[in-house]
Amino acid sequence: MAVLITAKSKIICQGLTGSQGTFHSEQAIAYGTNLVGGVTPDKGGMEHLGLPVFNTVAEAVAKTGANASGIFVPPIFAADAILEAADAGLDLVVCITDGIPVRDMQMVKRELKDSKTVVVGPNCPGVLSPGYGKIGIMPGYICEKGKIGVVSRSGTLSYEAAVQTSTAGLGQSTIIGIGGDPVNGTNFVQALELFLDDDETEGMVLIGEIGGTVEVEAAEFIKTWKKNKKPVAAFIAGTSAPPGRRLGHAGAIISSSAETADAKKEALRSAGVEVADTIIGLGEAMKKALGAA
Amino acid sequence: MNIHEYQAKQLLAKYDIPIPAGDIAYKTHDAERVARWLDEDVMIVKAQIHAGGRGKAGGVKMVKSVQEAVESVDNMFGMKLITPQTPPEGKEVRRVYIEAGVDIDNELYFCILNDRSTSGIAMIASTEGGMDIEEVAEKTPDKIFKVHITSGGNLQHHHVRKAVFDLGLAGKTAKKAARLMLNAFRAFVDLDAEMIEINPLVITGSGDVVAVDCKMTFDDNALFRQREVEELRDDDEMDPLELEAARHDLNYVKLEGNIGLMVNGAGLSMATMDCIEYYGGKAANFMDVAGAATPERVAAAFKLIYRDPSVDGILLNIFGGMMRCNDIAEGLVAAAREVGLSKPLVVRLEGTNVEKGREILRDSGLPMEPVESMGEAAKKIVKAVKEVT
Repeated sequence: MAVLITAKSKIICQGLTGSQGTFHSEQAIAYGTNLVGGVTPDKGGMEHLGLPVFNTVAEAVAKTGANASGIFVPPIFAADAILEAADAGLDLVVCITDGIPVRDMQMVKRELKDSKTVVVGPNCPGVLSPGYGKIGIMPGYICEKGKIGVVSRSGTLSYEAAVQTSTAGLGQSTIIGIGGDPVNGTNFVQALELFLDDDETEGMVLIGEIGGTVEVEAAEFIKTWKKNKKPVAAFIAGTSAPPGRRLGHAGAIISSSAETADAKKEALRSAGVEVADTIIGLGEAMKKALGAA
Repeated sequence: MNIHEYQAKQLLAKYDIPIPAGDIAYKTHDAERVARWLDEDVMIVKAQIHAGGRGKAGGVKMVKSVQEAVESVDNMFGMKLITPQTPPEGKEVRRVYIEAGVDIDNELYFCILNDRSTSGIAMIASTEGGMDIEEVAEKTPDKIFKVHITSGGNLQHHHVRKAVFDLGLAGKTAKKAARLMLNAFRAFVDLDAEMIEINPLVITGSGDVVAVDCKMTFDDNALFRQREVEELRDDDEMDPLELEAARHDLNYVKLEGNIGLMVNGAGLSMATMDCIEYYGGKAANFMDVAGAATPERVAAAFKLIYRDPSVDGILLNIFGGMMRCNDIAEGLVAAAREVGLSKPLVVRLEGTNVEKGREILRDSGLPMEPVESMGEAAKKIVKAVKEVT
């Protein structure tokens, strides 16, 4: 029954009345998301997009029973917004905001070390479960309800994966954009764990990129699977990237040989993952992996 | 963001970290003043560029008189230093630092940096100072000592004691080194640094601990609260096209090929570069137009790429989530009209408001090839560029 966003999700938007919050909440409502309210400090009591606006997340939870939030606030307020959502006891917090200082996210990581709240992002496209709803900025029309769990560091490449798995007739259970920042919440390993335990998910697509070692950790994790094993297809962006130069994402920089696209592809292949050479071969790779399983 | 060595040292000095006396020269005339003021038997003249490996390229000279210092500085101005970390054509020297020579007994390595693997901070020390640390890590990993500091946590005295004893220091020198490390950590956190690397960290003949070279980089996302750091930015160190792109808030990196790319999203931009290479072409740039682009920003991005003389053809690959296709199409059409489009242009548009976007492109009557899939787009632009060159 999909992961993170399911039939039980009651979602609020932090930053609902801002321009991004407004546009993407409209889109989310149109997509059928169970959006129950929004939070904008000092605008409590007003109504926006037909939804109640609250001053604090705690108040929104008390009045609406919300259990998940999407964050669309400016970078200087974002770390605080994540902590506020976690303090209010939400199960899921998805932070879309791009440009949060690393030091702030390191602080969030420490504060939430023992928290039950799942944080996705920041600097991510969000989470979308076809048939259940979405938090974030993924265009809904490219997704189709189905059996593939998609997890991606890159937002736009998660859209490519959605299109290709839709075209291949496989569809998606849930798409999780974990974001491109060096310090983030949910990573590949946690996302794969969720998909492994989900009945609706029959295979996974993993999209990584140069920089860092989370793809290698995912490969190590996949090697440990014994029962409930599910096939995985992957793509790693940045084969043609020059070393030492940062390409857009704060995270996308090759600083050691273990962080190159080739090293990551090799690690995933050694774990039995079907790795596509180009992003356009991802749908085929997933089909092949499913066939082999 | 990067800063120069001398700027990094001036920041260190504010955090009570010992550095050799020195000052910067912007022209030859300054050199004499600085050298006379230093009044040292041995001075070091160092070209200031944002790249390592300066010594081997002739950017660092030891001099023994004011006259030698002036001559050496004069030689360095305008020099193009080529090191493994510069672009192939090298970097022009516009600033030269002159500092007092240091009586070196031992050279160590010290670095504090954000550590992705722990979401925290790492401190690295080594007995092998003055060398390329990656080489040390590869050949003699036992000479590298790492301390992990938990996410958002503080550097503790016991972390520092361990590092200092690992380095084989004792007595007063050990205390001085420990103090330096704690101060460097304070600077690291205060200034939103990404990395502070002191290499070499010198133990002098009299047992003092001095930062003789320093590289600092900063978190771009935090510059809004680091005005003092922001002011150290040196635009001369940036590629002119990259500088122009930064003014429009575009993520742009100049590369060596001839296919200009305009893409949204860093991941898609990299994947597009990869795809072009897969079909036998080479990208002239990485570009992520990012986030919520307005028609004006799209137009600025397009003109920037179009005007790059190494660009023979352009591929626009947009999958709009946050971005809306109609905004992109509008900006593209306006910019293409303005430049009088004569280079091949392939457009792949997908995502939010895609129908509106495609309609704007169709109605424009401009000679551009719209395609629906990314693979097809990459193949087409590689072919079109081969035909015109």
